[in-house]
Amino acid sequence: MTEQGIPASPIEADIETFGALVDKEPSKPPRSQWIDVWQQFRKHKGAVFGGGFLLFITLAVIFGPLLWDVDPKALDIRNKNWRPVYQLLFDSEAKAGWAHPFGTDQLGRDIMAQMIAGGQVSMAVGWLAMALALVIGSAIGVISGYFKKLDFWLMRFTDLVLSLPILPLTLLAVTLFRQPLNSRFGPEGGMFILIVGIIGLTSWMQTARIVRGDILALKEREFILAARSIGTRSGKIIRRHLLPNVISPIMVSATLGLATAIITESALSFLGVGFPSDFPTWGKLLSDAVSRMQEFPERVLLPGIAISLTVLSVNYLGDGLRDALDPRLRGR
Amino acid sequence: MLTFTIRRLLLSIPTLLFISMVIFLLLQLAPGDPMAQVPLTVPPEVKQKMREALGLGQPIYVQYYKWLIQFFWVEPQVFLDWATRDSFLLGWLPDTNFSTFIDPDSGAVRPVQRAISWQTRSPIMDIVIQRMPQTLWVVGLSYVVGILIAIPIGIYSAYRHYSLFDQAGTFVTMVGFSIPPFFTGPLLIVVFSVTLGWLPSIYDTTHVVTDWASFKIQFMQMIMPVMVLALQTTAQISRYMRGAMLDNLNQDYVRTARAKGLKESSVVLVHVLRNSMIPVVTVIALGMPAIFGGAIITENVFKVNGIGQLLLTALFANDLPMVMTLTFIFAILIVLFNLIADVLYGLLDPRIRYD
Repeated sequence: MTEQGIPASPIEADIETFGALVDKEPSKPPRSQWIDVWQQFRKHKGAVFGGGFLLFITLAVIFGPLLWDVDPKALDIRNKNWRPVYQLLFDSEAKAGWAHPFGTDQLGRDIMAQMIAGGQVSMAVGWLAMALALVIGSAIGVISGYFKKLDFWLMRFTDLVLSLPILPLTLLAVTLFRQPLNSRFGPEGGMFILIVGIIGLTSWMQTARIVRGDILALKEREFILAARSIGTRSGKIIRRHLLPNVISPIMVSATLGLATAIITESALSFLGVGFPSDFPTWGKLLSDAVSRMQEFPERVLLPGIAISLTVLSVNYLGDGLRDALDPRLRGR
Repeated sequence: MLTFTIRRLLLSIPTLLFISMVIFLLLQLAPGDPMAQVPLTVPPEVKQKMREALGLGQPIYVQYYKWLIQFFWVEPQVFLDWATRDSFLLGWLPDTNFSTFIDPDSGAVRPVQRAISWQTRSPIMDIVIQRMPQTLWVVGLSYVVGILIAIPIGIYSAYRHYSLFDQAGTFVTMVGFSIPPFFTGPLLIVVFSVTLGWLPSIYDTTHVVTDWASFKIQFMQMIMPVMVLALQTTAQISRYMRGAMLDNLNQDYVRTARAKGLKESSVVLVHVLRNSMIPVVTVIALGMPAIFGGAIITENVFKVNGIGQLLLTALFANDLPMVMTLTFIFAILIVLFNLIADVLYGLLDPRIRYD
């Protein structure tokens, strides 16, 4: 031991030696997990833009009819085939004006109102089908991860559904069940139920697999053992302890599901098996416009851009969520 | 590995049987009547006879059993006969005559009854084989092009992680992922066929390549459909490639290879690439069924006369045997390539052996 001045008391010596460890300022209050997630999420610029655009388009289709109260189905044959208003920039003779900012179609229906109405349907189908797929997928994933007896059969069933050719079967189911459902719920309601149901029933498999994997790992952790040792029932363990811990993979697959659902609905409408012909959706508007796209390219571009931007923003949102919800990446 | 493969092959038989049953039962619910197109002047009892001639009067399980026999027993026999009679590869073998039988009444040699399409009244398999080349050319070529573009992009953006190229590449793949083919197709047609007039908007399937000029026409008409499909493939595969490269570039063996003084190119393109290709190869295998299944939407946009188009027209025309056969062929391909992907994964990566 080297010779040093002996301090007056051992406590003072400690303070002197470990002085660097004493906080200079009072410690911050503990932060919740969701604040951390939000701060990581904010770093991903694409995800913030994506989330913002998704919010914007959802609000636009919900509140759009209040601001732009033109009936999308009103025919105005005298003012048919208007061009969008920006056409006036290149060609001052063009039939265009602020009365119909996006122009009118071959029957004189306002395209802006149709885009809003179509967006409502497309987004509603997307959100509902995604929710249905999430509920089915999470339920199957949780059950097969938690209950060993059911695991084998449920996973074989998932594999089976995964090896079905989805798009042909979807086309098949839509053409087959259209008439019975239409006669019961009307042509629009029946088609809506059918499309939401089919998309939901054919896209839950990935969610189920991911959730099952996470549940299998979580089930072996000590806090589940603790919960079980104080006599918690299975249902409560699942609701209180397991589900909150698998919320992040569920959220990430929700974004993927939303994107797939919007694209599938548009694809069905594009192939002519979707909603009835006077009922606008983005895919329907696009497919109706394809035959006349030489003269009116904007009628293809507008719904196409709407679909693509929505799906792009949802995909970016999913990317950002995945990074933000992954604790290994957070705080870097 | 062999036992694993055999076990999986055996397991795929009940899987396929179950899938075929699902499709069959779905089709049984079909409200359409194949006699709907027959003129109203045909009396109902004749219509009933025609229905029975199509095999519709039988109970469901008999119909299903007969379909199974025709798909798994009659069609392979017809194929064997064709292979030993006309094909280049096996034509030297003595001709087989599995697909004919001697009529007990007249004593004449007659061909067996094959599964026929209600739409065209000709054997389904013949139509499928007619349509296959178009689909394989367009969709298959687009897959190859997509992979060839995707792999270098994936390698380079992982190697220069967070560089400008990586950012741009990620953005482009994200866009390719998000824009559906029914939008890119018409968009390309508007730009390149309507405005610029460079490329034809419709794929002419009757075009025959005989010389350089006709090859050029064929090339021009293939550009757009191939590029639309290749965009999707590229987006998907370059994402996987980039992820796999990123996983491997930080591994210890890469540091060892660099410490040994290997050239950077051989570190990246030999050591890292070979290990990163393992998951990518399986992803490529999993995408194969889509080639044969045809891209229903893209074929529809560019009017390519392929398998996807065939399925769509059969659906609209209520041609149930055709729909059943096509959907089941897709299912077989999916199951088969899932199996191939799993086996490949085990073969390429010795850490993952299933036994």
